[in-house]
Formats: sequence, structure tokens, C-alpha cells
Amino acid sequence: MSIDWNAFTPSQSLAGGAMIGAATALFFMLNGRIAGISGIIGGLLRPQAGDISWRLTFVFGMLLAPLAYAAFAALPEIRIAGGYPTLALAGLLVGLGTRYGSGCTSGHGVCGVARLSPRSLAATLAFMAAGFATVFAVRHLAIV
Amino acid sequence: MYSFASFAAGLLFGAGLIVAGMANPAKVLGFLDVAGSWDPSLALVMAGAVGVGAAAFALMRRRRHTLIGAPLRLPGARKVDRRLVIGSLVFGVGWGLAGICPGPALVLAGQASAKGLVFLAAMLAGNVLFELFEKKRERKARTRA
Repeated sequence: MSIDWNAFTPSQSLAGGAMIGAATALFFMLNGRIAGISGIIGGLLRPQAGDISWRLTFVFGMLLAPLAYAAFAALPEIRIAGGYPTLALAGLLVGLGTRYGSGCTSGHGVCGVARLSPRSLAATLAFMAAGFATVFAVRHLAIV
Repeated sequence: MYSFASFAAGLLFGAGLIVAGMANPAKVLGFLDVAGSWDPSLALVMAGAVGVGAAAFALMRRRRHTLIGAPLRLPGARKVDRRLVIGSLVFGVGWGLAGICPGPALVLAGQASAKGLVFLAAMLAGNVLFELFEKKRERKARTRA
């Protein structure tokens, strides 16, 4: 292992993380809910009365975030390495896996870990391990 | 009020992802590539988010309602089961292939990134498939009962 010091952005990443934590805190302290993105989106596919507008406004806020950011500073460059078939497969796996696993990086990785939930700790270990293993297979074994 | 709070939370969450670098899939993959030249930044994203989140959950621990009177809803399930672990493993494989998880998928779509939109569409298709499989399973369980 060698550390890529040029790519390392400790202060921005810590600050961005704190913003994510603050959003989670705000959402829990006012609305009483867990800010888990996969669950918020997934719930829209089982619409129940009174359970739709808060989900839509949260999603709307996230979609508008780049626009709001761009009003203050230039958006950082994004690079997406995979081709369209890879992205389609990846999206499908993420869509299925997060629903069966009842959460993703936000619901389990941030909220659940912050609450020391045993289920979220297990889920976070599982998706991190699978993420590390997948990148290792793609970049260093060339089997995928 | 609730809808406004969730809009503000979504906006702040999305902006946090951009500031943190998590909305850039190449950076996420740089973190997941421990065997290559590793970018440890995302560990600090987690540390910052979990730190602030934990303080909020601790503050609210003895309360049953939020500051504006909504009931606190926490997931009740406690058991680590096969569904949770296998689902999370499948999610991790998809995350490792693209470097995108559900939050950044929304932010990328909001930037009108073509690849981000394809990922989001496929992710929603995965969500729909899950609902179909679940309906089938529930029907089967009912006929058996």
C-alpha cells in the first residue's frame, strides 16, 4: 500500500463529512427520521398516504445541491471511469443490494454506525469489504 | 415545516457530499483501492459525519419526540440476518464497480451527468425489481399460510 498524498484532501473531506453529519442531525432532531438515502428513495415505490412529500422534498434538495453549490464556487471536477454497461450493472446491483440490505452508506454507514446499531455495523463491514474486494479484482486481478 | 426541514437536510447533505469529494466517483474508487495508490480521504468523511451524527443521536437519546414534536422513528430490527449481509455485499460490489452509492447518484443526476443519470436509472430499476420480488414472496407466503 502507498498513500496518494496528492489526492488526499483531509480538511475538505472532514468538513464535507461534518456537513453530512449536520444534515443527518438536522433531519433526526426535527423530523425524527434516519437520513438513509436508499430507504428514502425506496419508500417512494411503496407510496403511503402522508409519507410521500417529505421524501420528495429531501430528494429534491439533494438534486438541487450542485446548483446551490455552483452559486458560491465552481463545482469540482468529476470523473466516472466505467463505461455505460458497467454503470448500468453497478446501478442495478446498488438498487437491489441496498433494498435487501435495508440501507446504504448513509443509513447504515453514517446514521447506523453513529448509533452503534449492530445491524448497521455488520452491513457497513459487508459493503466496505465487498467494495474493497471489487476494486481489487477490477484493478489488480483483471478478471472482471 | 417537515417538508421544509427535509428539503434543507437534503440540500445540506448533497452539498456535504460535493465538499467531501464523495460526489466524484474517481475519488471514491481511489479510497476503495487500498492495493494501489490509496487516497484515505473518505475515512475522514466518515469520521466527520459519524462524529457529528453521534452527538445528535446522543442529545436526543432520552427524548421521544423531536424539537418540533414529531415522534422519533428508529429502526426496530436488531438481528443481523442473511438478507442484510447478502444485500450489503451485493451493494458493495456495485459500489466498487462504479464508485457511486445512492446519495452521490442523486447529486450526479442533479449535475446532469449522463453517466450519473444512467447509474440512477439502473439503480431505480433495481429498486423496482426488489419491490416485484417482495410482492411475489409475500403472495407465496400468503398462499402457504
